[in-house]
Amino acid sequence: MRKSLLLIILFSSVSVLSFAQDDSLLNMLNTGIKPKKEPVSATFKATRIIDGNSVENLGAGILDFRILHRFGQLNQGASNFYGLDDATTKIDLDYGITKWLMVGIGHNVLNKEDDGLLKIKLLQQQNIGMPVTVSYAGALSIQTTPAPTLPTGDTWKFTNRLYYTNQILIARKFSNRLSLQLMPSIVHYNLVDSTKFSNNTFALGAGGRFKISKRIAITGEYYYRLSNTDMLYNGQPTYNSFSVGIDIETGGHVFQLMLTNSQSLSERGFIGQTTDSWSKGQIHFGFNISRVFTIVKPKEFKDADNKKW
Amino acid sequence: MKKIILTISVFAASTLVVSAQKYMTRTGKISFDASTNGSPEKIYAINNEVANIMDASTGDIIFQVPVKSFKFERELMQEHFNENYMESDKYPKAEFKGKIANPAEVTLTKDGTYNAKVSGKLTIHGVTNDVTVPGTITIKGSSVKLKAKFAVKMHDYKIDVPSLVADKVSKDASITLESDLTQK
Repeated sequence: MRKSLLLIILFSSVSVLSFAQDDSLLNMLNTGIKPKKEPVSATFKATRIIDGNSVENLGAGILDFRILHRFGQLNQGASNFYGLDDATTKIDLDYGITKWLMVGIGHNVLNKEDDGLLKIKLLQQQNIGMPVTVSYAGALSIQTTPAPTLPTGDTWKFTNRLYYTNQILIARKFSNRLSLQLMPSIVHYNLVDSTKFSNNTFALGAGGRFKISKRIAITGEYYYRLSNTDMLYNGQPTYNSFSVGIDIETGGHVFQLMLTNSQSLSERGFIGQTTDSWSKGQIHFGFNISRVFTIVKPKEFKDADNKKW
Repeated sequence: MKKIILTISVFAASTLVVSAQKYMTRTGKISFDASTNGSPEKIYAINNEVANIMDASTGDIIFQVPVKSFKFERELMQEHFNENYMESDKYPKAEFKGKIANPAEVTLTKDGTYNAKVSGKLTIHGVTNDVTVPGTITIKGSSVKLKAKFAVKMHDYKIDVPSLVADKVSKDASITLESDLTQK
């Protein structure tokens, strides 16, 4: 009896010890490892929330080819196929020079507008510490429609065609699902309808996304103008821009579908010169398609390449 | 009684020996390839931050892989890998805890290269499965090299591959592991 009792004790102590052994191996492996400070990734799925910029930049060496459509107003009715007959298209090429610097060029059928984009990530949200990501986005747009007929002797200055937008983007990914962003913005119009109006429109934008599944998110974006709200554009009253959308992600593509009262796709257009109104049913359906290409590979892959192909 | 004391002292001595026979690294390399045949999309990632420890006296081996440290050629893939497939915020580490299953063929105290089978529990994406992985163990003085190549079925670890990308993302990931451990 005594012997078997001792055996049991010995056996149990061995098993406890061997358990401790396993644990001590784990402990040894993990001692001295500090919680790692990591950037919070994927605040938004795309570099635009809907119309305007999100804090997302393209990675270094990544080229993004985007095709954007905004159709006519839904209330144009069946004769215009609810706006589908009135489509405008924009083509964008964006490129990530470094992970914090991104540039882009684009052309929009609407107003024959060319634009350039510069986006700089200033602060990056971290899992420990920094609570927000802050970026600067600057855009220059040039309207290239033919000059209006002017009285003889007058010339249509090139600078009449230029518009500038400066934005600070402040975003926080609150959870895997919810990200919110604020965008204080200023748009400078070199030319406005009348001297009554200021050349500058200040606005505060707010946007966000809520993921409803791993690959689908609901998005929203609103630009509230703080000044120049009475500005007319082509003789028409202007409204704040409001858009709701869905992001659908499939591998290398992101599809963004939206309803918006802004048909323009440049900041100067949708922030200050939105002439359509949700309450009047002047809603545009549209979509963005984005496809990324790797132009410059990360250094880890330069030599791994030969092995893989 | 004498016998028991002897047993205990032998056991105690063996644990003392144990502490001198641990080999460890935190810069092990792991890569995986989930590309499908014929697809131009190369779904391949490298991770150089694998923590690995081996106890030569017991044959215990542990690997820990920080999931976020996998680097992809395309950053968007990396984002999708973390967000959509591995859910690395929820499951930050993949882990293997195992033991050499054929100790008779592997003499960890002697220099040489041995074909080993390691059996244990592999945890990926919060799901644990029993696996046996073939590999080689090379002992050279105070350093040990572990190498293994094996396949993991994503389905076994509840990693969904949506049908939309089924022609680009393979249902099996082939995993290559190489780890240089030094005595601690």
